[in-house]
Amino acid sequence: MDVFSDALNRDVYLTGFLWILKLTLAGGVGALVLGVLLAAMRVSPVPVLRGFGTAWVNTFRNTPLTLIIFFCYFGLFSTLGLSLSDDINLNNFWLGAIGLAVYTAAFVCEAIRSGINTVPAGQAEAARAIGMTFRQTLTIVILPQAGRAVIAPLGSILIALCKNSTIVGTIGLMESSNAMKELINANGDAVIPIFLVFAGTFALFLIPTGYAFGWLANRLAVKR
Amino acid sequence: MSDEALIVLDKVNKWFGPLHVLDNVSLSVAKGEVVVVIGPSGSGKSTLCRSINRLEPINDGTITFDGQPLPAEGRPLARLRSEVGMVFQSFNLFAHKTILQNVMLGPTKVRKEKPAVVRDRAMSLLDRVGIGNQAEKYPAQLSGGQQQRVAIARALAMQPKAMLFDEPTSALDPEMVGEVLEVMTSLAKEGMTMVVVTHEMGFARHAANRVVFMADGQLVESAPPAEFFANPKSDRAKDFLSKILTH
Repeated sequence: MDVFSDALNRDVYLTGFLWILKLTLAGGVGALVLGVLLAAMRVSPVPVLRGFGTAWVNTFRNTPLTLIIFFCYFGLFSTLGLSLSDDINLNNFWLGAIGLAVYTAAFVCEAIRSGINTVPAGQAEAARAIGMTFRQTLTIVILPQAGRAVIAPLGSILIALCKNSTIVGTIGLMESSNAMKELINANGDAVIPIFLVFAGTFALFLIPTGYAFGWLANRLAVKR
Repeated sequence: MSDEALIVLDKVNKWFGPLHVLDNVSLSVAKGEVVVVIGPSGSGKSTLCRSINRLEPINDGTITFDGQPLPAEGRPLARLRSEVGMVFQSFNLFAHKTILQNVMLGPTKVRKEKPAVVRDRAMSLLDRVGIGNQAEKYPAQLSGGQQQRVAIARALAMQPKAMLFDEPTSALDPEMVGEVLEVMTSLAKEGMTMVVVTHEMGFARHAANRVVFMADGQLVESAPPAEFFANPKSDRAKDFLSKILTH
């Protein structure tokens, strides 16, 4: 473990995972908000909104994430000139976060939609019968119950998102996979220890995340 | 009971595919009147009840509530529904809200009333239906009969002009039917306008002003309960009564 006793190397490692953490947070919040909106669109009575939601899911769920991240960089930034920060790292970070959010939102949308299907039709009828509008029925009665039903799958999506955020390395951000590549290039004699430390760091955070979501899912389950 | 009509159905038709579930149904319910709808299953009585607040849209004919034709889907319809209480066979209490929240939700979210005011009203309604001491529990922690009484309180919290009951006791264990019917009977006595779809002939006899008999989507007979049960006019009503009253 000589590699990690070097302060500079440790810094590369920590910075790499800090980017992963930030990408996961930004991408996760974006994907959750977008995903819930898309799910609401897909169950709405307005055909245009339903079509938009369906098109979004079909487009982004079936496009490789690497392509989406490349498009964010070469399409949005290089070609269309969308610059999100003067700092090159921050710019790449936000471009990556957008790509992760639009991609992951498709999966969040489908998870929430399957959650909506677990809510008995009578719940919506009762809400409409006391005079709630479509929007109130959805936000006060349906989505809170649907959300609680899909906490465990949302946890899986979050875990996938965290690992997927390494793909932002392809547009130059020094996140964990790029950090690992750099350390391996400089320390060819310690490939396996470096690899194990990086893989182990992911496992160290993600295994408890999985259990935490399982626990939450049980705790928040709606009793019927 | 006044002479003024509150709910008027005029030549209402509805099809589920090829099935003619409501066949030229006309019915007028006066303010304060209690109308009990009976009939064999599949006769369209639930559909009739649900069409009054447009949970089931109709294909043809008109339904008027308090002088206004039922509006199309949207805010005016939501406003109308808030004035018509509905109680379902399967209770449909909001599973993620406490009993008290269930009762307060309509007035606070739909009518935008102050929670403090609504809370007092909700508690007195819950006391009235005998559930006041369970206000902080969740629906799944209550028995069916208790849940249905909460559902009635939830509908009453909106201070509706009329109440619709869609087989309110059909999903209940026999020993819980009485407690729900008791609440409904007291409502009827207070002059609430009610349309009740039920198989409880006892309730029809003692609480209804009028019994309406439906079969095959048609409104076959309409008469005061004493008259209907003693001398049903149509063969279908006679046949139906002979099947349910001989056991």
